[in-house]
Amino acid sequence: MSVIYILLTISIVVAIFFFLAFIISVKKGQFDDTYTPSVRMLFDDELVQEKPDTEPLPTKNKLD
Amino acid sequence: MAAISDIKTTCYHCGDSCKTDAIVADGKSFCCNGCKTVYEIFSSSDLTCYYDLQNAPGAIPKEMEGKYDFLDNASIAEKLLEFNDGTTQIITLYIPHIHCSSCIWILENLNKLNKSIKASQVVFPKKTVRLHFNAKEISLKEVVILLGSIGYEPYISLDDYASAKKPIDRSLIYKLGIAGFAFGNVMFLSFPEYFEMNEFWLEQYKPLFRWLMFSFALPVFFYSASGYFISAFKGLRAKVLNIDVPIAVGIIVLFARSTYEIIFDHGAGFFDSLTGLVFFLLLGKYFQQKTYNFLSFERDFKSYFPIAVTRITSGRKEESVQVYDVKKGDRLLIRNQELIPVDCILIKGNALIDYSFVTGESDPIQKQSGDKVFAGGKQISGAIEVETLKSVSQSYLTQLWSNDAFSKDKELAFTTLTNTISKYFTIVILTIALVSTTYWFFVNQALAMQVFTAVLIIACPCALAMSAPFTLGNTLRIFGKLKFYLKNATVIEQLSKIDTVIFDKTGTITATTKNSIYYDGIPLTQKEEGLLKNALRASNHPLSRMLYTLLKEQDSITPDVFKEYSGKGILAKWNGDQIKIGSANYVDNKGVQSKSEEKRTSIHISINNCYKGKYIFKNNYRKGVENVFKELEKQYNLAILSGDNEGEKAYLHQKLPKKTTLLFHQKPEDKLAYIQDLQNYGHTILMVGDGLNDAGALKQSNVGIAISENVNVFSPACDAILDASKLAELPSYLNMTKKAIGIIKTSMVISFLYNIVGLYFAVTGQLAPVVAAIIMPLSSISVVVFTTVATNIMGRNLK
Repeated sequence: MSVIYILLTISIVVAIFFFLAFIISVKKGQFDDTYTPSVRMLFDDELVQEKPDTEPLPTKNKLD
Repeated sequence: MAAISDIKTTCYHCGDSCKTDAIVADGKSFCCNGCKTVYEIFSSSDLTCYYDLQNAPGAIPKEMEGKYDFLDNASIAEKLLEFNDGTTQIITLYIPHIHCSSCIWILENLNKLNKSIKASQVVFPKKTVRLHFNAKEISLKEVVILLGSIGYEPYISLDDYASAKKPIDRSLIYKLGIAGFAFGNVMFLSFPEYFEMNEFWLEQYKPLFRWLMFSFALPVFFYSASGYFISAFKGLRAKVLNIDVPIAVGIIVLFARSTYEIIFDHGAGFFDSLTGLVFFLLLGKYFQQKTYNFLSFERDFKSYFPIAVTRITSGRKEESVQVYDVKKGDRLLIRNQELIPVDCILIKGNALIDYSFVTGESDPIQKQSGDKVFAGGKQISGAIEVETLKSVSQSYLTQLWSNDAFSKDKELAFTTLTNTISKYFTIVILTIALVSTTYWFFVNQALAMQVFTAVLIIACPCALAMSAPFTLGNTLRIFGKLKFYLKNATVIEQLSKIDTVIFDKTGTITATTKNSIYYDGIPLTQKEEGLLKNALRASNHPLSRMLYTLLKEQDSITPDVFKEYSGKGILAKWNGDQIKIGSANYVDNKGVQSKSEEKRTSIHISINNCYKGKYIFKNNYRKGVENVFKELEKQYNLAILSGDNEGEKAYLHQKLPKKTTLLFHQKPEDKLAYIQDLQNYGHTILMVGDGLNDAGALKQSNVGIAISENVNVFSPACDAILDASKLAELPSYLNMTKKAIGIIKTSMVISFLYNIVGLYFAVTGQLAPVVAAIIMPLSSISVVVFTTVATNIMGRNLK
């Protein structure tokens, strides 16, 4: 029945791994600003899009 | 570039309406050259994406000439920088205009505008940007001016200079994380015990499982729950039975009995309940801790005052000097729109000083050289030269902050509903525990100790303690969405206990900017109105600007002769026509003298030496003010404390409920004293104000609400900030706070019912771990669900 030792060890090791990941992320300040990264993430596409053509984009006039 | 006459066009950059003289460039229209320039900067650096993310996200760049010269002063710059090794410098700047995704995008792409800015990162909730730049290539001043030139002018005040950066307190997140982690794992390990499986191999491993649970519970008991022990200890030392006392007792008993049980192999203990209890309690705390990072409720004059001023040395040279270094007798140069930081005497220049923020007077005041000028006023017409009379900390205005009211902590002095109830609760629970233990002592001694601990465990007021945080936390969020920002959850309880509401006038119930005018005199012809508008066009006097914007559009004819006499008025001539605009004395010093009781601001006009009449400026009351007073009158005593003159007294008397007390000419310390006086008579007071002159009153009152037209700019220290557009909703908000208290009481009743059920098990000596493990989370969850649903229903009707 020593399999239960192995299982317990694995489960606790996994749990502690995630727990440490959480502590480290808090320490690094990832929980200080929970809004900006969510917006920043979406910008990357726009930048990539812009790089190929250095000419100003055709005017997408959004004004009514 | 051509003028178009479509009135409905809005500026491509800032979204303001373009009126008649829109500027068109690149197929887009702009309201002014400033906006056009910003657009050109962006389009030349391939940053037009800025306009794709959000429609018209920009701000009009402001005049910055000389404003940031102080950043060249190395010792001032050093204080502001976070890091400096000579080449790389790092600074965090607060930029009030940050408001949308476009702002984040442009600020994080600053290196496209200037290669010397290495990296920039926006923290949106705080409206700050952190910049890394190469100091060899670009100076701090140039960075700030670059930001200003694209409409993102940072706000740098004296406050930034003084305060050391506070480390961020993240302990609650750690505690919550640990408790949650332990809760999950202990639950998982106690599963076999719940089902009481008597399988051989499970029995064999029971001790291992139990000791594992014990080790998970250790950090929860010693670290996560530590706040409750400290608070309970402090409460007991101050002879107060706060809610944390029964909680701490419950937690300690839970831990002690569970440890005892597993050591002597009596059972599995209550580690699951213990960790769950702490987790839920901390969750409530976390939920209540809603903070508005971009607002500050602790501001004093320091965040309003500039960091540096321009001093004129004996050799007539200008130098930037830190405000605290200004000594008595220094000559200072105050530019247009700059703040006067110290009490001083006017030496040179045309001083027109706006004191509305400091004293509540609505009109700018004209000063002659030799006149005394007080700190806090804003110069609004050209540059002046002054000689200082005092140092900053001794000035008239800053003296207000030495009042006792500023050293008191209102939150500590207030007893919350939860703590009031917990006093009785603790006594009742202890009585029940003692009585039932005594009973069992005679019936079955073996059970006595078990019953005693069981009562304390089950009675641990987890659900009771969570009623208030969840109700108030949720109400806080509802208010926040409606632009009513509270400092913390206690303010809601304090608001529900108010019996007197006091308003400031200027800037609070009247709007600060939009003045309305009416004309009194011989009606002007179309041509005469044209002359007037054209004469005003060239004048920079604030009243002229105001009148100019309020008059109808006219054809533009530049006058042949235009003269502006400071302190008097304007003279403009066209061939044959002559117009004089200005004070009563200047326009006509014999005929229609303005009556001395007429204290209202007015502009007099005469055309071709014939007196025509005057434009009178009226304080424009905010929308719905009358209704607010009518609604509030039903439940509260009302008063208005104004620093302004009595010009509006008759009008206010007529419009507002008769019982309203009206007091004028109130100095900041008068307002504070008036409130103190009412409090001595046992009244609880809500003060609604806006400026520095209300700072003392806001602080002294039980709750101080600052009205703000733009929550990003300065507002004095207060308990809550209310967006000016929501002033009309104030009565319904106050009502909501009362409803929130009702919800808390109801949810406390619910938690008592759970307690009674639990107590039944405890007193009869049949509290099994599984019962505790069910009742604890169940009562907590039902309280959370009830308070959340109830507050949302109540909040639905708010606008």
